[in-house]
Amino acid sequence: MTNDIYANRRFVIAALMLSVVFIYIARLVNLQLIDQTYQNKADSNAYLRKVQFPARGIIRDRNNKVLVFNKLSYDVMVVPREMSGFDTTEFCRSVNISKKEFLNKVKEMRNRVGYSRYTPQLLIAQLDAHDHGVLQEKGFLYPGMYLQKRTLREYNYPNAALLLGSIGEVGRATLKADTIDHFYVPGDYAGQNGVELTYEKDLRGEKGEEIFLRDAHGRIQGKLEDGLYDKESKPGKDLQLSIDIDLQAYGERLMQNKVGSIAAIDPSTGEILALVSSPTYDPSLLVGRKRSENYDILVNDPLKPLFDRPMMACYPPGSTFKTVNALVLQQEKIISTWTAFPCSEGYHVGSFKVGCHAHFSPLNLIQSIQHSCNAYYCAGFRNMMDNRKYKNISNAFEVWKNHVVSLGFGYKLGADVPNEKRGYIPNSGVYDKIYGENRWKSLMIVSNSIGQGEILATPLQIANLAATIANRGYYIVPHLVKHIEGREIDSCYLQKKVSTIDSIYFEPVVEGMDLVMKNGTGWGARIDSIEVCGKTGTAQNPHGEDHSLFMAFAPKKDPKIAICVVVENSGFGATWAAPIATLMMEKYLKGYIPKRRLYLEERMLNANLLPK
Amino acid sequence: MPSRRINIVKNLDWVTIGIYLILVIMGWFSIYGAVYNFEEAPFWDISFRYGKQLVWIGCAIVIGVVLLMLDSRLYNVLSYAFYFAMLFLLLLTIFVAPEIKGSRSWLVLGPVSIQPAEFAKTATCLALAKFMSESGYTFSRMRQWALSICIFLMPMVLIILQKETGSALVYFCLLLVLYREGMNGIVLFLGFLLVVIFIVSIRFGAVCVIPELPEESYGLLIVMIITLIVQCGFLLVFLHDKKSVLIILGTSAFAFLLGYIVYRAFGYPVPFTYIGYALIAFSLAFCVIMRIKERLRGYLLIGLFGVACIGFSGMADKAFDSLMPHQQTRIKVTLGMENDPKKAGYNVNQSMIAIGSGGLTGKGFLNGTQTKLKYVPEQDTDFIFCTVGEEHGFIGATLVLGLFLFLLIRLIMMAERQRSLFSRIYGYCVASIFFFHLFVNIGMVVGLTPVIGIPLPFFSYGGSSLWGFTILLFIFLRLDASRMEYFGQ
Repeated sequence: MTNDIYANRRFVIAALMLSVVFIYIARLVNLQLIDQTYQNKADSNAYLRKVQFPARGIIRDRNNKVLVFNKLSYDVMVVPREMSGFDTTEFCRSVNISKKEFLNKVKEMRNRVGYSRYTPQLLIAQLDAHDHGVLQEKGFLYPGMYLQKRTLREYNYPNAALLLGSIGEVGRATLKADTIDHFYVPGDYAGQNGVELTYEKDLRGEKGEEIFLRDAHGRIQGKLEDGLYDKESKPGKDLQLSIDIDLQAYGERLMQNKVGSIAAIDPSTGEILALVSSPTYDPSLLVGRKRSENYDILVNDPLKPLFDRPMMACYPPGSTFKTVNALVLQQEKIISTWTAFPCSEGYHVGSFKVGCHAHFSPLNLIQSIQHSCNAYYCAGFRNMMDNRKYKNISNAFEVWKNHVVSLGFGYKLGADVPNEKRGYIPNSGVYDKIYGENRWKSLMIVSNSIGQGEILATPLQIANLAATIANRGYYIVPHLVKHIEGREIDSCYLQKKVSTIDSIYFEPVVEGMDLVMKNGTGWGARIDSIEVCGKTGTAQNPHGEDHSLFMAFAPKKDPKIAICVVVENSGFGATWAAPIATLMMEKYLKGYIPKRRLYLEERMLNANLLPK
Repeated sequence: MPSRRINIVKNLDWVTIGIYLILVIMGWFSIYGAVYNFEEAPFWDISFRYGKQLVWIGCAIVIGVVLLMLDSRLYNVLSYAFYFAMLFLLLLTIFVAPEIKGSRSWLVLGPVSIQPAEFAKTATCLALAKFMSESGYTFSRMRQWALSICIFLMPMVLIILQKETGSALVYFCLLLVLYREGMNGIVLFLGFLLVVIFIVSIRFGAVCVIPELPEESYGLLIVMIITLIVQCGFLLVFLHDKKSVLIILGTSAFAFLLGYIVYRAFGYPVPFTYIGYALIAFSLAFCVIMRIKERLRGYLLIGLFGVACIGFSGMADKAFDSLMPHQQTRIKVTLGMENDPKKAGYNVNQSMIAIGSGGLTGKGFLNGTQTKLKYVPEQDTDFIFCTVGEEHGFIGATLVLGLFLFLLIRLIMMAERQRSLFSRIYGYCVASIFFFHLFVNIGMVVGLTPVIGIPLPFFSYGGSSLWGFTILLFIFLRLDASRMEYFGQ
């Protein structure tokens, strides 16, 4: 084309096109290469991660009887968008709720975070198998309804509620502490107490995950890469407890209508055979939809069935503690087997008096245990406190205290049950505080010698004392676990804890406890053909009648069971605690109660010692 | 005439045909990816859109071959007839077309629906080329210039009456052709300036300059400053009057600075827009004096230009209000004034997520989660570029943009090698229309231009648009093949 003066304008037009394309490429660089947020947004758009809940581990007793297992429960899920024609009246009848409750549930569902009309939403949680069956039968009446499987706990026995514990929705604190493996999300269930809590990590298993593809309307369109990235859930590990469920159930029956506890230990292994807290409740009360309702009832019960007495109740150990002093005084060479102290129906210093019941005098160490002589231990204890070799009473008391602690008192034993209490053993500093430094005398603290005064111990600690005496000098930390699927139990439950008392000093104590049963305070509760060594105790209770205490082990040679029984507000130890303890031991060792003792069993079962 | 046919085959621009085929095939795969829905249906299943598109592609190729076989002079001769026939068809469509998604643009003929607007582009281009290539045409004659604008304004109005505003806007790109053929560049600049003033007025119309005077609009102030600067630019470029520039700029800067200092130092709420009005009035008065003094008409025009700009800015709000509500929100979303990814911004937001998640290499064919799960509405038609961006990533998207750029540049080169004015003008028309579609379509998909529903050539699903673009391109290919037969006019 000749004389085209505008020919150069082609470059302007081409440049315009070029610059637009380059601006768009720059935009793509920003969108696709630099800004990463779009990738995340795309993932949260398209992937629906669905958790698969693992079955929780099964809990068995020492004889492999299944205590706790899983039952299926079903959550009613609905897709709100598909609910047209939903037969509300029939639905309410099927699951036993009123129309008002139903509307409340719908409202609750709508207000939940992450509510969508297109995906299944939780309407009613934890239906049992029966309701599920009814609903499924008439499924055609409920368009948009899905039933999602979940597992709940089911109990074979109505016993051992507190030691087993229960599962419930994870609390805020648990969620906050779950920083390492990020296992829980709000709404998950976890062990709340008992072994369910202690062994939560073993029992819970591993969650699985299915990744679904979700379209723009929230509808599921199959799995990501046909399930390549899915993870199977792994069921929890099974747990075997050292509990003998029959013994446990028997103990709970014996303790019915009484307030108190039983702790029974196998001395050779430290395994807890029974751990009764009375009053108790059926563990299945705290399962499923009725959980919170029943929980409120239990919390408000004035007898506090949720209070784990064998682990948490702290009593003055009373006369059972005389065995401890017998051991400590021997070890410190304050007394020997043949040391005798007089007793004139009590221990008298001026106007100060610790009373004692009528028995012959003077008596030696073994006899002092047999007759539970207060004067003997007051005298012995004061001899130690005032002994020159410790230079002063503070040192003497510290030595005494350290021996007592080595026998398992004053600190948590470390059992595998949460909420264990440590009891209380004072140190010299405590008395410095009460009376002033160097201003306290042995007489002021003499009640420690007979298990009163400042000393407190849990029933488990007293049972552990019985086990230590049975072992003649050592104990193994009491524990409930016997076997965990796939791993060793904690090594602390396998090691002997040797006390500071030499083994030889235990023999006189054992002999004394033997005589208690043969010819002493526990005679009425003796067992034929089994040598039981026991010690009664009465814990003074400023609020009411004294608590009845008894600790024992049997047989005398090669002991198989050590036990402590506390019956609150029941008076003298021999009356209630001792028979219950020996019945337990007989049941465990023989498997039956002979005719001669059935009347005793009868009496224990029928007794109602609840505070009026 | 076998000799002539061989001649055509030899002279055909096979490079362009190659790009055309590549784009059409890539487009079909993108549609397959966008429609693919987990069900395993064979790719030729015509109950799915990818199956239908395969049929449209087959027809398009037949149409292309037929167009190449016709005599090239036919297009020149029949262009007006074709144009008026199309105008009639567009008019007819307004009355007989059923309403689909709020517009009346589809002619339904039994099982087939066609959109005449897609073919009207070709007819308009032919008519414009014919009119402008006639001997004696010159831009200096106002009547001819106005007539050539009328040629594309008429179909535009008819398409707007069909409520297909997006398709109507396409015709504006023909201003580029007019520019190439000698229209004063100032027209393009003024057009650009109008867009800028419109955007500024809308975007900052509700932003106040100082909190004390809430009715003072920031948008107006910016328009005033732009106007003053452009006026000075005109004075400099057209009248080479440096002295006037210094006076106007100096006065303006001094006035605004003084106002700013008074506001800052004394806290007195200075009405800045009144200063602006005063300055515009000052420049008008100044220009009128210069007009009398220097006897140059240019001064008066420049002075009036300032008043016109302020007037237009005032009209912009009303113009914006007269738009349909959905059009208003689309513009607001693009300007970042409305950020609601659930409602108005949903399309663009999802489209950007799909593209952004593609990364460098993309998720692979049929593996785009956003595409497959239908997060982007209209993904097989207007938003088809998302599929490319997500499944083939930055590399794929850039490749497509590169191919289009190559096609555009190739078309300009081809247009420039024509010996006939008719062919050259038509060639520029084709290039401009492809460019406008690329500019608006990709722009909206990546969130840079408002959502205007026009297809991406050769990619978007639809028989009418594919055939329309094919006819547009192949007529030019046919003209190009015969370029040796003409020896200028």
